[in-house]
Amino acid sequence: MARPRLRPDLQGYFGPYGGRYVPETLMAPLEELARAYDRWSRKRAFKRELRELLTHYAGRPTPLYHAKRLTEHLGGAQIYLKREDLLHTGAHKLNNAIGQALLARTMGKSRVIAETGAGQHGVASATAAALLGLECVVYMGVLDTVRQRLNVDRMELLGATVTPVDTGTRTLKDAINESLRDWVTNVRDTHYILGSVLGPDPYPRMVRDFHRVIGEEARRQLKKQAGTVSPDVAIACVGGGSNALGLFTAFIDDRKVDLIGVEAGGIGDDLGEHAARFGDGGSLGVLHGTRTLVLQDDEGQIAATHSVSAGLDYPAVGPEHVLLADEGRIEFTRANDVEAIGAFDLLARTEGILPALESAHALVHAARIAPQMSRRQIVLVNLSGRGDKDVESVQRWKAERESETAEPRTEAARTGVAVHPAARQWVTEGGE
Amino acid sequence: MSAIADVFARCRAEKRAAFIPYLTAGDPDLATTADLLHAMAAGGADLIEVGVPFSDPIADGPVIQRASTRALASGTTLSGILRLVARHRDRLDVPILLFSYYNPIHARGVDEFAEQAAASGVDGVLCLDLPPDENTPDDFIPAMRRHGLDTVFLLAPTSTRERVRRVAQYSRGFVYYVSRTGVTGDHGELPKELVKETRRVRRKVNLPVAVGFGITTPEQVASVAKVADGVVVGSALVKLIEERTGDDGLAAAVEQRVRELTEPLRR
Repeated sequence: MARPRLRPDLQGYFGPYGGRYVPETLMAPLEELARAYDRWSRKRAFKRELRELLTHYAGRPTPLYHAKRLTEHLGGAQIYLKREDLLHTGAHKLNNAIGQALLARTMGKSRVIAETGAGQHGVASATAAALLGLECVVYMGVLDTVRQRLNVDRMELLGATVTPVDTGTRTLKDAINESLRDWVTNVRDTHYILGSVLGPDPYPRMVRDFHRVIGEEARRQLKKQAGTVSPDVAIACVGGGSNALGLFTAFIDDRKVDLIGVEAGGIGDDLGEHAARFGDGGSLGVLHGTRTLVLQDDEGQIAATHSVSAGLDYPAVGPEHVLLADEGRIEFTRANDVEAIGAFDLLARTEGILPALESAHALVHAARIAPQMSRRQIVLVNLSGRGDKDVESVQRWKAERESETAEPRTEAARTGVAVHPAARQWVTEGGE
Repeated sequence: MSAIADVFARCRAEKRAAFIPYLTAGDPDLATTADLLHAMAAGGADLIEVGVPFSDPIADGPVIQRASTRALASGTTLSGILRLVARHRDRLDVPILLFSYYNPIHARGVDEFAEQAAASGVDGVLCLDLPPDENTPDDFIPAMRRHGLDTVFLLAPTSTRERVRRVAQYSRGFVYYVSRTGVTGDHGELPKELVKETRRVRRKVNLPVAVGFGITTPEQVASVAKVADGVVVGSALVKLIEERTGDDGLAAAVEQRVRELTEPLRR
């Protein structure tokens, strides 16, 4: 295997992407954070404490699960699910939240703040803050507080203050804006636990490194369970892109493995109807401190996005993803709302697992390609989170579709897997 | 010498600080902005900061956030703002500093932007989220230099000695010192350390230093003017514009407020 290249470079760039595009007030704190991260993340004591918390508190390693019923239903490649949904708090987000909260405590910060879209990073941050005795404030778009109400309650029960953000598109993007405004104001005693591989350096590399354990475990587990460290294809959904880099980083230099990121196709191809940055809509821009692919208009104003999944509903993507896409190492595709709900149903009915709507996007692509592959091949899917938080959203979505389509439910069971009428066509045909 | 440098030289000769008002272009529309630019000049502005509205203004408090939303809702674009400056340049006897987030400029392309801005009569550019850094791959600074635009960068209370040095090195015209850690807007009292901090920065920077963020009243202007080369008032004026929008007396009210704010400087 080739030696991994130094990424990002010493200035925080992944090729032409990344960097530190922030107000001057944050420059020295970012330099301080980068120094602290570089220093502490190498120290044995820090690594040991992190490892112990991840093992005995968070529940690592998470299982690698051979989804035999799903495999059988799709009739092709063997599907393996990396069960990050079984991590404490129900998503991969805790890996990073614990890492950064530990770092914050080490740096002497008494207060942490976080943004959240689906609520999973907010819950993870609130959890890590409670665990380490830090004050915690979570910013969340008003729209997301409605569609992920359960997670708002969870954060409050964990002792965090949830501050709804009622500006702009009232989703994840605006929650990050408000977090940055808080950080710029309270930077002396506050650490900002950014929740994805986004933002100014050192966040994209730091968040990636706290999550790379996902792929490292998966390789070891595959070796044991399937006799190889290399799946044929590894798939993850990509909002900011943290669970994807968490899974992919261990496979980057293993060229036998195809890496596929799945973006949110939303409800259409026009700007504002999806969150697919790698399609025609995305162009190079600067948002939230990093130079990357952004959904924006010709004047450089950031576009609204849409996805049924709050965690993918974001107009930019982590800078490292863009470089890896340029190099042809990660291929990007998209799954729309209807397909994601279909995959949500499919996994629930075949395996008894409710996936997060974010992770359901990755399952969509697995269901597209597996039937065309041989039974000896392996598709590894990062099941980044569990779907309990999405129960209300899915029910609401179905009720709305029901009133629109008014199709009889009885035919839905013909595939042997009862799925919702709106998603039936997709599941029956096995994808596009 | 650039028009901006001229202003500070003239103010220094008059032994006073320069007064620098801010407005968000296109709030509530560009026609009003044109009137307000003239009103600010008539009221005693030495230099005007013209804000380019952005969808995600991370360094701004609620007042300027709302102004940006109104400006974007009225269809304001960077091109529209540059055309406005070009139309009024000859009749407007104060330099114009464009105050923007980086993405609208990046989307245009820095060189094309610099060419158009210079041709429109803009004198300098300040990007809130683009600290000077020679590794910035977009060649922002060289592009601005090629077209004769001053580059104003920010310093903050958190800036280290190394950053002060770097900002001083890449700034032209003046350096903008942010009065406190935080976003734009009124937070009541100015920080106690402001006088000391401004003196610290002025000792290390061989350019005029203007101070902004949260300066609201004539009394605050007077106290900052004692230690700074320039005083910026933004949100307080934007708030007045918000309150008086739709009112025929808006321009007169803005002119009057600028006159009140500059009064301590003329004593």
